[in-house]
Amino acid sequence: MKPTPVSGQIGDSPRRADGPQKVRGDFEYSSDLKAAGMLWGATVRSPHPYARIVAIDAAEALALPGVHAVLTHLDVPGTKVYGLEIQDQPVLAIDVVRYWGEAVALVAADHPEHARRAAQAVRVTYEVLKPLTDPELALTDDAPRLHPGGNVTRQVKIRHGDQSAQAEVVVSGEYEVGMQDQAPLGPESGLAIPDGRGGIDLHLATQWLHVDRDQLAGILALPPEKVRLTLAGVGGAFGAREDLSMQAHACLLALRTGRPVKMSYSRPESFVGHVHRHPGKLRYEHGATRDGKLVYVKARVLLDGGAYASSSTAVIANACCFALGPYECPSATVDGWVVYTNNPPCGAMRGFGSVQNCYAHEAQMDKLAAAIGMDPVELRQRNAMKTGSRLITGQVVEGPAPVAELLDRIKAFPLPVEGSGSGRGGGKVDLTQMPGGVSNTTHGEGVRRGVGYAVGFKNVGYSEGFDDYSTARIRLSVANGRPRAEVHTAAAEVGQGLITIQAQIAATELGVTDVVVLDADTQVGSAGSSSASRQTYITGGAVKAACEAVRERVLALAQSEIGRSAGARLERDAVVSADGGLIVTLATLLGDAVVEETREFRPRRTHRLDAATGQANAHLQYAFAAHRAVVDVDTELGLVKVVELATAQDVGKAINPQAVEGQLEGGAAQGLGLAVMEEIQVKDGVIRNASFTDYLLPTILDMPPLLMDILELGDPHSPYGLKGVGEPPTISSGPAIVAAIRAATGRPITRVPVRPQDIVGA
Amino acid sequence: MRIACTVNGTPRVAEDVWEGTSLLGVLREHMDLPGSKNACEQGECGSCSVYLDGRLVCACLVLGGQAQGREVITVEGLASGEVLHPVQEAFLEAGAVQCGFCTPGLVVATHDLLTRTPQPTTVEIREALAGNICRCTGYVKIIDAVHLAAKRLTLPREGDGKGGGPRL
Repeated sequence: MKPTPVSGQIGDSPRRADGPQKVRGDFEYSSDLKAAGMLWGATVRSPHPYARIVAIDAAEALALPGVHAVLTHLDVPGTKVYGLEIQDQPVLAIDVVRYWGEAVALVAADHPEHARRAAQAVRVTYEVLKPLTDPELALTDDAPRLHPGGNVTRQVKIRHGDQSAQAEVVVSGEYEVGMQDQAPLGPESGLAIPDGRGGIDLHLATQWLHVDRDQLAGILALPPEKVRLTLAGVGGAFGAREDLSMQAHACLLALRTGRPVKMSYSRPESFVGHVHRHPGKLRYEHGATRDGKLVYVKARVLLDGGAYASSSTAVIANACCFALGPYECPSATVDGWVVYTNNPPCGAMRGFGSVQNCYAHEAQMDKLAAAIGMDPVELRQRNAMKTGSRLITGQVVEGPAPVAELLDRIKAFPLPVEGSGSGRGGGKVDLTQMPGGVSNTTHGEGVRRGVGYAVGFKNVGYSEGFDDYSTARIRLSVANGRPRAEVHTAAAEVGQGLITIQAQIAATELGVTDVVVLDADTQVGSAGSSSASRQTYITGGAVKAACEAVRERVLALAQSEIGRSAGARLERDAVVSADGGLIVTLATLLGDAVVEETREFRPRRTHRLDAATGQANAHLQYAFAAHRAVVDVDTELGLVKVVELATAQDVGKAINPQAVEGQLEGGAAQGLGLAVMEEIQVKDGVIRNASFTDYLLPTILDMPPLLMDILELGDPHSPYGLKGVGEPPTISSGPAIVAAIRAATGRPITRVPVRPQDIVGA
Repeated sequence: MRIACTVNGTPRVAEDVWEGTSLLGVLREHMDLPGSKNACEQGECGSCSVYLDGRLVCACLVLGGQAQGREVITVEGLASGEVLHPVQEAFLEAGAVQCGFCTPGLVVATHDLLTRTPQPTTVEIREALAGNICRCTGYVKIIDAVHLAAKRLTLPREGDGKGGGPRL
């Protein structure tokens, strides 16, 4: 891709580097790639959630016109299974399929339609088995063992404080969270090109080039240097691109046929081509004093991981570590399980375990407030976590933890006028503002307003000792008489604005106005994944470190060429003195010289949770956000209109304020989706709504105005004091909406997404 | 199958098109115009919005053959060479672009809205763009971008003394 220079320092909001191409339609996404002589790949997928494969007959498919190859697991030359944490998922099914839509065989053909028809013509004989679809049953001895180690993918136990604590006021509840899809608009897609010497180049959309590269090298039985990955345009991710989807399949077909092979999933295939947010069942008991101080919390968290592990082991750790929400509590007993079933595999999605538990702990806090007759915001503030608080894992919270302040700030926003646009004030009815919208189901009759609050938090970066680092290469040279910095990392721009942020950091550190960020690829060291709200922190830290190394060399060069100047620095494309006077321009100083440095950035180490007690300094940084929701509910039809959202979040330092706002807005919309609209409907292991017609995503009519208060409190440990930003908006937005629905209806509402029958049912 | 139509003002011919190909497929696979996007291919997300004889359509719902002899305008046809259309400028400036997969469709749909309604209210914007799904932005900055584009397009043109009216 043609790199576009970016000007702008940290704290600015320059136009995004990839923006002009994106608005023109010129930006090359992974689904837009082409190569001469290219074939199209298609996947044969299981029509059963659980079955034995008796036979695969490819003869008919191979005889069809334009078909070049049909592959099964027998054609996988290297490791036949893969996985981010546990290698349990076959590249192509081996003897058994464990979920509906599992990849069984591959086809390459000269036209997508030929490939599709050939895939249908691959005859697979199955012996259908009764699927295990109930995660509670999966925990028992009565269930079939889906994997050799049993059905418990991971159990987490946290024991904090007095395990026999008693309290004056006790509230309990059971909560259920449905399966959400990341639904990135760009389909899983990419182009694999064999290099003719046994190696392969793969251009693709992913969240982590190097983890894909390493898994592919194993699967293809190639040394890593023969597997080169380049990031193509990524049409959103949100966790859906952490695991392999078409990567290995396209490479296998390309290496077999000796031709470039493109794969691009349709939307229905995308629904089975990536993992989803874990559905969860959560049982909580909160004990408190009569004046509203938490005494203990007991929580049982059960997540359905589906057929394969993906990142389940890390998701359940988060769900348990943050099970109480951002509150101080002297005692906690948390037991969490994530289990294998024959449901669709689940893994990473924005919020990563902290979304499910937030619905439960915030419902419990409201229940507790009601039980003792206290304002729900006041109850939260009375127990709010702050700097120096101890988590239930024993870790002390360092850096700002402004939970009480965030709640103050959202409460301070004026509430929208009731009945505005509803006709109830006597004016003309604006149907778009009504529950049910232009379906014209109400003009305000039966509509009740509710207001709800929620606050949540999660970790930023990898946890539990996982080696978290990123690599940046900075090259400073003179082009056309001007200094120019090139930034090269493997960090995936997935839409969040990372290219621009890397350029802003380089512009700030090197004082140059012309910064170009090169395509992300595996020709530079790993950047880690674009997930866990970590890239601005970790890759930003690497870019900063590499720029500092370049700067040191440039200043040393200036000193040796021109002489010592105390306090000299880089600014305005020049070396300037302490008082800002020009010493020498970089163009003059560097001439034909190139200054290049590569640095890795590693934040502080984290540690694995103790298996028996769940105690450890397991996390790097915490990010907090709070939301207030205002809803109108048609109490006769059970329809909800979210009228307004308000949020406050501490971002430490807004490197790019416009991009930060974009994260808060987009994250809130995804939270709204899970609260009232989005659910993958799974029946007997089969997805019933694998399309955008049937899986309901928030539209511009569903997303209300969002009031924002962005705090920049500065974390003493992170580059520029920044905090991860991307995930917190998705955590507490939905629970605030559900709290508002409870307030409007007086009903308990223990399940999300909230359905009409939850509001009007018996 | 052979399809001849006018695309972005230029007569184009696509040869050897499979009969089942949608207009979106013709544009993307046969005319080297991948700007219109393939997110749902069911008419739900609006990522493939184009003009067909001046009407906004989802290119994925139009059979390629139906474009025979007709005029198509895609997102690639809106800028004047290197100069972005004011709607495109406004999307960039307002921060309405993140992953950008929805952006081409939204830019075309906004262009259509402002042609019909030069100064839309927020409610009119929401109604007009309800067929375009964005997964990244939460739509807040998209609404900002449409208002910004509307303002820019109806500002008096410097020196023409007339002012007013969209310059689409």
